[in-house]
Parts: sequence; C-alpha cells; structure tokens
Amino acid sequence: MSKFYNLTKGILKENPIFVIVLGMCPTLATTSSAMNGLGMGLATTFVLLGSNVVISLMARFIPDKVRIPSYIVVIATFVTIVDLVMQAYTQSLYEKLGIFIPLIVVNCIVLGRAEAFANKNNVLESALDGIGMGLGFTFALTLLGSVREVLGGGSIFDHKFITGDGILVFILAPGAFIALAYLIALFNKIKK
Amino acid sequence: MTLTLVVISLVASAALGLVYQSTKEPIAKAQMAKINSAIEAVVPEFNNQPFEESYKVEVDGGELIFYPAKKDGQLVGTAVKTFSKNGFSGLIELMVGFLPDGSINKVAVVSHKETPGLGDKMEPKKSNFSVQFEGRNPENFKLKVKKDGGDVDAITASTITSRAYCDAVERAFKALKEGGAK
Repeated sequence: MSKFYNLTKGILKENPIFVIVLGMCPTLATTSSAMNGLGMGLATTFVLLGSNVVISLMARFIPDKVRIPSYIVVIATFVTIVDLVMQAYTQSLYEKLGIFIPLIVVNCIVLGRAEAFANKNNVLESALDGIGMGLGFTFALTLLGSVREVLGGGSIFDHKFITGDGILVFILAPGAFIALAYLIALFNKIKK
Repeated sequence: MTLTLVVISLVASAALGLVYQSTKEPIAKAQMAKINSAIEAVVPEFNNQPFEESYKVEVDGGELIFYPAKKDGQLVGTAVKTFSKNGFSGLIELMVGFLPDGSINKVAVVSHKETPGLGDKMEPKKSNFSVQFEGRNPENFKLKVKKDGGDVDAITASTITSRAYCDAVERAFKALKEGGAK
C-alpha cells in the first residue's frame, strides 16, 4: 500500500507543479509546446530517479555537514549525462530546450526530493518516489505545454488543426503564467 | 568528511568521463547529419562530400562556411552557412544555397532562438517566407525588407527577424562574390 502510494502521490496528491509549486523556472520557460514539455519532463524524471537511488544508497555514509554538496555533485553528474545523451540522440529537442537542461541541476524538485525523501528512505521507495514525482512533473509540463500550444498555435504535438495563427500571447511568456494559474485553480477545484 | 566528498567526486567524474567518451562520436555524427541535411535542402543534387571540401571565411566577427556541391566534378551550387547577430533574441544561423551564377536556390534555417509563433516563421516548414528568395539573384533583388526600401516581404509582426534574415543572406552573397567561390 505505502509503496503504491509513493509511486502515485507525485502524480496527483503531491504533484510538484500544481500542488507543491516547485521548479517554476523550467515549467514556465520550456512549455511553449507539448513536445518541449514532455521532453523536459522525461529528462527531469531520469535525473530524479538516478539521484534518488544513488542518494538513498549513500545517505548512511555521508556526514551531515557535507550532505548538500554531495547531493549536488550526484545530481550534477546525472544532469550532465542527460545533457550529453540528448545532444547525441535527440539533437533538435536538445536545441529547443537549450540552457534548461543544464539548469535541471538547480531544479528545486530534484534537491527537494533528495533532502526530504531519499536520505531517509530505502532504495526501492526512493526509486518509486523519484519515478512518481518525475511522472507528475512530466504530466504537468505536458498538460501546460498542450494548453499553450492549442491556444497559441492551434496545434498539438506539432499537428496543426487550424489555419493561420492562434492566440499568440499563450506562446509568449505572459501566456505561461496565465495558463499555469488557471491549471492550478482547476487542479485545486478537482482535488477538493 | 573531506574524504567522503573526494570519493564522491572521483566516482562522479569517472562516470562522466565514460559517458563523454561513448557519446562523443554520436554527437559529432548528429551535428554532421544536421549540416548535411541542411546542405541537401538548399543545393541541387550532388554526389561529392561537401562537408570534406568545406572552407571557412572570417567576416564581421564570425565565420562563414562554404560547402561546394559538385556533381561528377562539376560545381552545381555552393551552400553557405551564414549568420546574423541582429536577430530578436540571439544568433540566427542559416544555410543559403547559391547556384553557380550567383542566384539563390533555397534557404534553410540551421539554428535560431526567435519567438515561437512569430519569428520562427522564417523556418521553411512554418511559413513560405523563405520561398520569395528562391531563384532570385541578389544583384537585382534588394535584400532588405520593403519598409527599408528593399524587395523582401517581411514576416508580419517580425520585422526584426526578417531584417536579420536578409542580413545573413546578404552576408553570404557578398562573401561568395568576393572570391568565396572557388
């Protein structure tokens, strides 16, 4: 029961974007299309899973004083791996996400899960937590990206279904705030 | 304490070294494939290796790369990787294909950071902005937007991007004329 809970809590009940409201910088900046949101979400999921597993394994051996630096080194390693692998195999997505891939290092969700969950729980639970939180993040980013792409460009996953332009503001920065605010409001309504 | 951190850093750097080594080749390949597909998109059919015969020219604080496309040893066109620093947000890189007579065959976008939905319409698959350049010779086709007294129809609401686009094409054409073509 609790294992299942660890896996699913990130998706709805403790969704990192809609409920905990962490990691707003990549959320607002990379969701100009559904595909970008999905790519960013999956990259972060991989980092979360990797860092959660490694940190829960190491937690016992790390003195409290160097806890945070150690976590950062582990997280930065996984981010660099994602960065290199994406550059090699998904060039065009890599170019669109640009600076936000290296910036996963400072994403509060990753360090937050390491500090709040992985260093107190065993490997399996930390892995489930990482996957769950990652999927919740991916879900939120893809949803936000889809809303912005549909309203702003009249397309979804690059499939256009109207001719001409959409409501451009949704693709630009202000649209990210507007769409996110409405989604959070909707989410709170549903959760009640 | 220090020891733990040293050990962690050592393991991390070893892991990264490994990943770097194994992705080095795919990254180089992916970048080459991207350049190659841009070359193929802008010049007529060829059967040499433009990538290997490429040469560089330094202009305006950047470099232009020339890729001569040949069919059976005969020059059929030159693809020029050009740039503009006047974009709305950051560097714009284009691949312009010239025919041997100096006219533009086609233009492809290599990379840019323009606003999605506005400036990114310069990409051939997003609008037909780039079509107006095809078959034109910049000798008698003024590479400036109409607002500035040129012959180019700017993208609606993206005059800055359109200007930068023209700037990049113009730069490629000038360099080609000044003996870039071998």
